[in-house]
Amino acid sequence: MPFYAVACVAFGSIDPIFRDAVPRWNPLTWDFSESKIIFSSLINGPLQGVAIRTIIYVVCAMLLSFLIGFPVAYFLARHAGKRKLMYLVLIILPFWVNYLMRMLAWVNLLSPSGLFSRFMNILGVHYNWLDGSPITVTLGLVYGYIPFLILPLYATLERLDWRLIDAARDLGANSRQAFRLVTVPMSKPGLFAAGVLIALPMSGDYYTNDLLSRSPSTEMLGNQIDFFLNASTQPQRGALLVLALSIFLLIFMSFYLRSTRQHARETTR
Amino acid sequence: MTLVASQSQRRARTSPLVFVIWAYIIWSLVPVIIAVIYSFNNGRSRTVWQGFSLRWWFTDPNASLWHDDSMRNAIFNSLVLSIATMLVVTPLGITLAIGAQRIRGRGSNVVQGLTAAPLITPEIVVGAALLITFTRLFTAVPLGFTAQLLGNVTFSLSSVVVIVRARLVSIGSSFEEAARDLGASRWQALRFVLLPMLWPSVMASLVVVFATVIDDFVITSFLSSGVNSETVPLRIYSSVRGGATPALNALATLLVITSFTALVIGLFGLSTWRKRHGERGGLRAALADVTQMES
Repeated sequence: MPFYAVACVAFGSIDPIFRDAVPRWNPLTWDFSESKIIFSSLINGPLQGVAIRTIIYVVCAMLLSFLIGFPVAYFLARHAGKRKLMYLVLIILPFWVNYLMRMLAWVNLLSPSGLFSRFMNILGVHYNWLDGSPITVTLGLVYGYIPFLILPLYATLERLDWRLIDAARDLGANSRQAFRLVTVPMSKPGLFAAGVLIALPMSGDYYTNDLLSRSPSTEMLGNQIDFFLNASTQPQRGALLVLALSIFLLIFMSFYLRSTRQHARETTR
Repeated sequence: MTLVASQSQRRARTSPLVFVIWAYIIWSLVPVIIAVIYSFNNGRSRTVWQGFSLRWWFTDPNASLWHDDSMRNAIFNSLVLSIATMLVVTPLGITLAIGAQRIRGRGSNVVQGLTAAPLITPEIVVGAALLITFTRLFTAVPLGFTAQLLGNVTFSLSSVVVIVRARLVSIGSSFEEAARDLGASRWQALRFVLLPMLWPSVMASLVVVFATVIDDFVITSFLSSGVNSETVPLRIYSSVRGGATPALNALATLLVITSFTALVIGLFGLSTWRKRHGERGGLRAALADVTQMES
């Protein structure tokens, strides 16, 4: 129902006097002219940069998250041994630390007088971290969402039948071969699901960007939605962008839902 | 025996990953710890250390967390919102989960999809949709507390359903059937057999909902109506990049302490319940309950 309301505002008309969006509840009278403007602007207009930037940031942040998160989850599932519970608690802790607190922590560290900036100055790196830096935004996304990647990854790896890997080793595969030929293919659905799980919120994120950069040069789709819905007189455009984002993400979502349902079926069998 | 030995040897050899995990833990926790430490800074700065004091927590008569009216207001709003949501959504979620489990066939797939969808929908989509619903469709619902409550109920409902459902699946239907065979009515079987067994999932839901709502930013922000419905996360968001004093760090620290307290109470409650009722698992099972993860 709320989604229908979004569509109605998105395809509604604009009140000529108040310049405010008038939703059209009847789908037959929907007006698609504004949506054409927005979509063409996303593909080859002023919003194109925002769309591409969103995709690049999310992809980079996701790759980095995997690069950091996979070894952590792998260790946790395979080598943690008796200390597993302790590691698990330490890794779950950031989950329970407010997202904004974690961003606040980094804003403090990265500000020109902050500890991290001063440390980098000593190393000879002079960089304005908090003023429209794509690096900061991407790393901020990684920092913010990586706990949400590690736990599902861990759950997947934990569930793997490690006897198969031992069997591969016993049959003469070295550890790298066993990893590449057995571990990775077996955990692929879980890897994919975990990736989707963080790619979705990252794509709609706007506050990480707002806190760590505040510059139009790093703006993402979420920022545009936030702007149009909360700070402008064109909520219609915001609604359209929400629709565009949803359509784009729906592809991932349906894939995720299908793979989890498949998994549920396999485990209940 | 030989197999076990070779496995443990392999495990012992591949330990360089220990450094990775410790690097990760340090990276993920130390910035937060530093932010907590700076809330005890004696100066006005959140970045330059000028000695220890409780100035920004208690002693400053105007700007400390204890005396700043707007911060106290935010804390109050956060607590009211999360406790209210928790109390509304938990019974609702339990009912829904039990109901969904009774549906067989195609319907149950639909329910499963519907409850899983909000869990992975980006919050901004949910927030925007709810904003438009409350400002254009149900205009009787004013932005502010009521809208925030309804929004958070909508958003956290699915996590309750997921938690309770997992418990329902692990209980199975045999206990209820036994009660029915022994002469209990449907309602009695539900009330005296199934509901008491659901208790751990109820506790887990309470904790999870409380923590998600008190930490929630996007939905609460989209549905807020300005200063009088400002919660702690909104307050942090609006003042991080300004020249806020370490009182902001103190506020954020308080938020973290609150959700940790909820977590600890929940974990403690869950593991004592498990012990008393002879279920295995202890702390790890309790953790799994709270993080919605299979152990």
